[in-house]
Amino acid sequence: MAKIQKDATVSLNINKTIIYIVCIALSLLSILPFWIMFVNATRSTPEIQSGLSLLPSTHMMTNLDVLLSKSFDPLKGFFNSLIISGFSTLCAVYFSSLTAYALVVYNWRGRQAFFTFIMLVMMIPAQASAIGFYKFMYQLHWTNSFLPLILPAIAAPAIVFFMRQYLLATLSIEMVEASRIDGAGEIYTFNRIVMPIMIPAIATQAIFAFVANWNNLFMPLILLTEKDKYTLPIMVSLLKGDIYKTEFGSIYMGLSLTVLPLFVIYFLLSRYIIAGVALGGVKE
Amino acid sequence: MRRKGVSYSKFGYIFSFPFILAFLVFSLYPVLYTAVIGFTDMKGVIPKPIHILDHPFQNFKDLIFDNVSFRTSLSNTALIWIANFIPQIVLALLLTAWFTNRRIKVRGQGAFKVLLYMPNIITASTIAVLFNSLFSYPMGPVNSLFEMLGFTHSPVNFLQDKTTAQGIVAFIQFWMWYGNTMIILIAGVMGINPALFEAAAIDGANGFQTFFRITLPSLKTIMLYTLITSTIGGLQLFDIPQLFLYGGPDDATLTTSVFIYGQAFKGSYMFNRAAAASMIMFVMAAILSGLLFYLMRDRDAARLKKAQMKIDKAAQATARGI
Repeated sequence: MAKIQKDATVSLNINKTIIYIVCIALSLLSILPFWIMFVNATRSTPEIQSGLSLLPSTHMMTNLDVLLSKSFDPLKGFFNSLIISGFSTLCAVYFSSLTAYALVVYNWRGRQAFFTFIMLVMMIPAQASAIGFYKFMYQLHWTNSFLPLILPAIAAPAIVFFMRQYLLATLSIEMVEASRIDGAGEIYTFNRIVMPIMIPAIATQAIFAFVANWNNLFMPLILLTEKDKYTLPIMVSLLKGDIYKTEFGSIYMGLSLTVLPLFVIYFLLSRYIIAGVALGGVKE
Repeated sequence: MRRKGVSYSKFGYIFSFPFILAFLVFSLYPVLYTAVIGFTDMKGVIPKPIHILDHPFQNFKDLIFDNVSFRTSLSNTALIWIANFIPQIVLALLLTAWFTNRRIKVRGQGAFKVLLYMPNIITASTIAVLFNSLFSYPMGPVNSLFEMLGFTHSPVNFLQDKTTAQGIVAFIQFWMWYGNTMIILIAGVMGINPALFEAAAIDGANGFQTFFRITLPSLKTIMLYTLITSTIGGLQLFDIPQLFLYGGPDDATLTTSVFIYGQAFKGSYMFNRAAAASMIMFVMAAILSGLLFYLMRDRDAARLKKAQMKIDKAAQATARGI
């Protein structure tokens, strides 16, 4: 009996060892490409061409100077991305919460049909409307403007869906009624009573909306043709062009600069992000 | 919420108005416009009067039957998706089984989840250019690594070979998404009634039996959800193939989205052809969404409705009986 138990413990330990080895290997696989990127951002082109190294070198400033001397302008891209992502996130979470509130609290004709409709259009791919969208914006002279990248965020079906689920679970109608008895208007009630309740859901959705906008390439690439309007993901494509042909150190430096803000955000908020993914409904 | 005196229902319309307006202007109208363009002769940069074609479906016919590039792009999209999804779901399931196993109790799970999910949050365009640099020839980091480890004796030109180029794109997709799938699956397992696992343990089921007889069947809906969202996502695959090799070498990484972008915005300005291709893609996504919708519909509500109808019918029958 003791022997059987001992055998079981041994096999459990072997299993455990295998699991840890695989998990550590996968973690390394996640880190290594970025590690090499950061290290190579500090190495000169001859050093990079002479082979792999996992330790940084001393050419960081030279790489940065070369990078900035050409058309790659990370600060400009950073601010453009920040404006677009910031405002579209605001639009997305505020108006989605408002729509979800309309769906949950008020009893209006067509409410059920509207919700079904939202579920149906949740998955329309951007590419499906891209040509018509571009032509439409071209006629409005809105290409090279940030508006067509921000305003469509007002209609974000997936976020409405998520917010509705959240409101159904947390909002009590009594609270809304109490606010009405106190004489508050409907929009005041929403802004001052309901929004604070929704903060956890808003925070989760805001993180994902922001990151999705920040990383978006397709729409900005189609709409923005002037260089000083480029977002970071479009800037990245400049790194592949002829201008940096052999300046490998600078290419890695440019890539590192675009990744750095995301790394900071991710490691600060990773707990909430992982919890948010687990809640589902985030997959693009 | 209906009360005597004050009716609040008008606020339902007022509060959902911004959404509806934005949807009509920025989604519905562009989709319909794209559909119309698909039937016309719209091409070129300079706007000129456009006409519906004599054979309205000509663009669609040309794409499906005569356009080799388009067909390649469809098969590439499918191939890259399959090559990424199968390993992705297998690894995610394996990790889920490990992380939720009560006997093994993997330590540091939080840290592992954070690290395995990380690539998902990084800008796909940056990752595409990064991998292009990592796999460069003859002296890229991957070539150096493979030689150091003794996998290869001479540098491999990964980016010029069609198979390796496709393989790398599929790998990037796999690498970016398996962590996400894993977290969704783990959340699914957490939602399974613990009594099921306890009963299995009492009946003496081992790890394999518990996983294949209890965990996996309970995860069916969530796995279908992952499957469909991943297919729709795969259909739209753009950033990585576009910035990795611009769809090359020899169209090997040309996906449908890269094809649409190339037709409309890279010199040829074939808006009609691109629009027709978009519509074909839209129909495919719509079919998949329909499947997802059917799957995610509120089953309890549907069941309740059915039960209610039965009761009503019974009541009617009794009433008639009297």
